[in-house]
Amino acid sequence: MPEAVALTWRQYRLERRMFWRNPSAAFFNFALPLLFLVAGGAILSGRQHDLNLLIPAIAGMAVMSTTFTALAYNIVFLRERGVLKRIRGTPLPTGAYFGGVAANAVTNTAMQIAIITIAGRLFFGIGWPQDWIELVVFVVAGVVCFAALGVAFAHTIPNFESTAAYVNAVFLPVVFVSFYVFDSKSAPAFLRNIAEALPLKPLIDGLNGAMVTGTSIAGNASALVVIVLWGVFGTVLAVRGFTWEQRRS
Amino acid sequence: MSDAIEVGGLHKRYGDFEAVRGIDISVAVGEVFGLLGPNGAGKTTTVEILEGYRARSAGEVSVLGHDPARRELALRRRIGIVLQAGGIYGHLTPRETLRHWAGFYRAPREVEEVLALVGLSERADVRARKLSGGQLRRLDFALALIGDPDLIFLDEPTTGFDPEARRAAWETILSLKELGKTILLTTHYLDEAQALADRVAIVKDGRILAIGPPNELGSHPPTHPPGAAHYRVAYRDSTGERVEMQTDNPTRTLHELTEAALARGEQLQELSVGRPSLEDVYLELTADAGAVASSASATLPETGAHAEGGADA
Repeated sequence: MPEAVALTWRQYRLERRMFWRNPSAAFFNFALPLLFLVAGGAILSGRQHDLNLLIPAIAGMAVMSTTFTALAYNIVFLRERGVLKRIRGTPLPTGAYFGGVAANAVTNTAMQIAIITIAGRLFFGIGWPQDWIELVVFVVAGVVCFAALGVAFAHTIPNFESTAAYVNAVFLPVVFVSFYVFDSKSAPAFLRNIAEALPLKPLIDGLNGAMVTGTSIAGNASALVVIVLWGVFGTVLAVRGFTWEQRRS
Repeated sequence: MSDAIEVGGLHKRYGDFEAVRGIDISVAVGEVFGLLGPNGAGKTTTVEILEGYRARSAGEVSVLGHDPARRELALRRRIGIVLQAGGIYGHLTPRETLRHWAGFYRAPREVEEVLALVGLSERADVRARKLSGGQLRRLDFALALIGDPDLIFLDEPTTGFDPEARRAAWETILSLKELGKTILLTTHYLDEAQALADRVAIVKDGRILAIGPPNELGSHPPTHPPGAAHYRVAYRDSTGERVEMQTDNPTRTLHELTEAALARGEQLQELSVGRPSLEDVYLELTADAGAVASSASATLPETGAHAEGGADA
């Protein structure tokens, strides 16, 4: 077991090193939500009510982009470029490998949530989170849920060239509908139902409670249930559909 | 000591398609064994079953005493795999990649030593994305060697190489053989099989058509495939046309040819008698039935018929 832990740690260190050497990964996984934060902050400057909504919404999007988007990209890339196949032929245990890959994604999530939290305190007039435990619970639930969904979604993407199209076809509509319903009290009922059934809006609700309004975990219990159900669904699909190699056409 | 690889009655089906239809091979410890065949013959499928990438449909397989389908770490610690393509981290240098890979194994070789063996020492600190295709394949080799494996799988190791890079790869493979490694090699290059392999199995349509040392294939009865002739007779006729024929009885064929030529007062330019090369055997065995028939009427006529034709010319 210590050996497996050591190998996981080594893989994690390697993934971090590669992450920072890859400018496009660093930008899309890291800088983009922060740019949204800065741009949103500039537009909504002085409107505290809107800033209160912006911070948890950007935090929710950050969780989704660092896990769902990043892992869908990564898994397709690693599969299509033969890295998964190569790793599979070595004595590196599967758990150590994916542990390192997942920890890399989670590190990005944690750093973004930290930055958004600090920015909320320093520049957005929000103060420190109301409920740190609730923040951790929702971030962890969101990470597990979106990471599993990202890996599962990678199975549907046929080749690396089409990854951006596939990922954005899911990411952008989910973000827009979730942001819109979260922001607007007058959203049409069918859009509201869709947003509530998808995992991002419940995640934003939970983060909103933890960071801004102070609504407790109990108060956001139904949101947490939706996230967990998607997480279970995603995990089953992620494991069942997994392929180590490029599919031969 | 038992064989490094033992395969009996191996079958692999993909839906209705049967890629491997009953392959039997045994590879001794320290042997370089070549699987030779055209694309789609079932070579890669066979090797990937031995490597543990694919499950077999039927048959017995033992690799270093393990069943590769069980995917035991103990087996993967002792094998090295050179893949057909890809799977290299572009943002890491060869030295970094090898160091990381070395950590997977209990008793890896020295990184510097492996870099030198494959000829990458001077490019050891260049990110892999900036390496040439040939240099990437050398890194590929290095990754297969870093764990100091007993058995190395090389799947078409020189496909796409220029002649110089091929020679370099061959030298690396031969140096591995000198270290006592067992090597299973697939290739569709005949000269490669001839240069590297102690024994060769010619594979087509998921079956082994012939098996033996490359220089003896086709010339010894036990491995001699039915229908293939033992000798090739060739010459240039009076019009300068090159004539080639096959025969089981070169004495008689030569006698007939030279007698007819003398009677016409002609020389048989560049007259030669030879055993079929590995290439001849290979082409004959792997050609489609239709292709054999058409090429036989065009360039490889029956001995008797052609002896008459030669007399007419």
